[in-house]
Amino acid sequence: MNSDTPLVQPRGVAPLRGWQPSRGAAVAASVVLVIIIAACALAPLIAPYDPTVQPNILASSQPPSLAHPFGTDPYSRDVLSRVIHGGRVSLLVAVLATLVSVTLGTAYGAAAGYARGISGAVLERLLEALLSIPRLLLLIAVFAAWREVPIKGFILILGVTGWYGLARLVRGQVLALKAQDFVASAHALGATRARVIIRHILPNVLTPVVVAATLGLGHVIVLEAGLSYLGIGVRPPDPSWGNIIQDGSDQIAAHWWISLFPGVAIVLTVMAFNVLGDALLRELRPRQIETG
Amino acid sequence: MAAFLGRRIAQGAVVVALVATIVFLLIRLAPGDPFAASMADPRISESVRNEWRRSYGLDLPISQQYLRYVASVAKGDLGFSFSLQRPVRSVLADALPNTLLLMAVALIASFAAGIAVALAQVRRRGRLSDRVLGGVSLLFFSVPDFWLALLILTLFAYWGPFPIGGAVDPTSHDLLGPAGRIVDRLNHVVLPALTLTLLYFPLIARHQRAALLDELPSDYVTTARSKGLTEKAILSRHTLRNALLPVIALFGLAFPALLTGAVFVEKVFSWPGMGLTIVNAIDSRDYPLLTACVLLGSAFVVAGGILTDLLYRRFDPRLRDEL
Repeated sequence: MNSDTPLVQPRGVAPLRGWQPSRGAAVAASVVLVIIIAACALAPLIAPYDPTVQPNILASSQPPSLAHPFGTDPYSRDVLSRVIHGGRVSLLVAVLATLVSVTLGTAYGAAAGYARGISGAVLERLLEALLSIPRLLLLIAVFAAWREVPIKGFILILGVTGWYGLARLVRGQVLALKAQDFVASAHALGATRARVIIRHILPNVLTPVVVAATLGLGHVIVLEAGLSYLGIGVRPPDPSWGNIIQDGSDQIAAHWWISLFPGVAIVLTVMAFNVLGDALLRELRPRQIETG
Repeated sequence: MAAFLGRRIAQGAVVVALVATIVFLLIRLAPGDPFAASMADPRISESVRNEWRRSYGLDLPISQQYLRYVASVAKGDLGFSFSLQRPVRSVLADALPNTLLLMAVALIASFAAGIAVALAQVRRRGRLSDRVLGGVSLLFFSVPDFWLALLILTLFAYWGPFPIGGAVDPTSHDLLGPAGRIVDRLNHVVLPALTLTLLYFPLIARHQRAALLDELPSDYVTTARSKGLTEKAILSRHTLRNALLPVIALFGLAFPALLTGAVFVEKVFSWPGMGLTIVNAIDSRDYPLLTACVLLGSAFVVAGGILTDLLYRRFDPRLRDEL
């Protein structure tokens, strides 16, 4: 056991073993995700109102009714429409940021796992240092200093600060695969290093990467919501699940519907991603199935 | 052991220095002045603004500003808070004990709850109650920190014996005796600590359950069963002890998660700790205060990592000979 690498990985990144979802739970999670993603993708067609127009300021903070199933917010906007459009932003941010993280993490992990000698040691130490940086605090510092970060920059920074755990995972896998016979035979057949990494090693790393990315999606959704709640994430008037909750948080006891529904949307989505990640882990790595 | 500790502390110092440098550069390279709000005031003349910049050293080239910053942090001078008009150090000295109290209560409660849930699950493994507890854990694992805090705040705003804001009762606290003050403080810690516990116990329960299940096929469990011990006794007396090791690691790793949670939970419950200080520093663009909070937070997280390693060595003798 190497004492430098903690056995436990930070929240959201690691393929955690624990509650093993049944097939039914995984199917239910997939259905929930398909519905949420479809609703968000078709937001302009589905949402009953425009999410940013303030139609009638006298009808602000109305409780749920037939006309507004999720009520209206302090600016008289329809909360249901904002949750649907906000989900679009939140999911897009999460997916794109995760893509950035997965790309960087896989590339770095493969390089760190494959490199030998000094370069390998340097890459490993650097990764350890990066892993110790508290992500939320760093993001708070970044976004508080650079106000008005455009959404592309926001996504990029979320992605760039989110790949360390994945890189460690990939590095470990690559280290183990490197010692396998098929890698030696590929080398013996004259394959270049780049070819061995891309054609022989990376396909075998895909499984844990997919699992980690699925679990990571949920984590990024929560992170984005938190930053938007603090007022340094997605900027109003564009809705995101986090900043809709923020809209209702000052008056939460009186106008609970503004914060409740986007929160439920987050919980459903993140839980679905977590169930799906657990299920993928079980399907794809049969040796980890627990006999109860 | 001393060599190991020295090496880990040196590594940790490098990380904190790295964070400090990143944060310093980010803030100094950001567009506009650090105290932009007053700088933009049209009633203030350019010469006064230049005088301000000079007094904070903002007219110097960035390399010199960096050296000055490093030198002052090394001396323990964290700067002056614009928004509170107090030295940053005294602000943090007030806030830190509150956060430590909150985190300590939450840490103990979430470990107790997490281990208890895992034991209950493993005792009835594969059955309905195992699944239900697992589902509940997963639910809380998926809830955003600030939303859960808002939910609990709303629930207890209408009923319940516990206060929903602050660290002490603002009117009666000073009039209470020493025992009364402690009770007052503990009453105030209940809801924020409950929120953090609900957020963090699932991680412990999930890991503890997996660790317990890993131990069950061991020979000593079979031996204990053949001796006629009850399943309950085997689990709580034999298996749990061996399965605690992976969970001990979570103790130090809890620091980043609890600190993150504390930022949101303290804001929602107006708990006057580091988290609330950070949120207020964001809102008032108080960069010296924000930088110092991020620095202290990183030091905290790094310390958690070192603590994890030490706990491992303490409880797993196999690791002691390794460097």
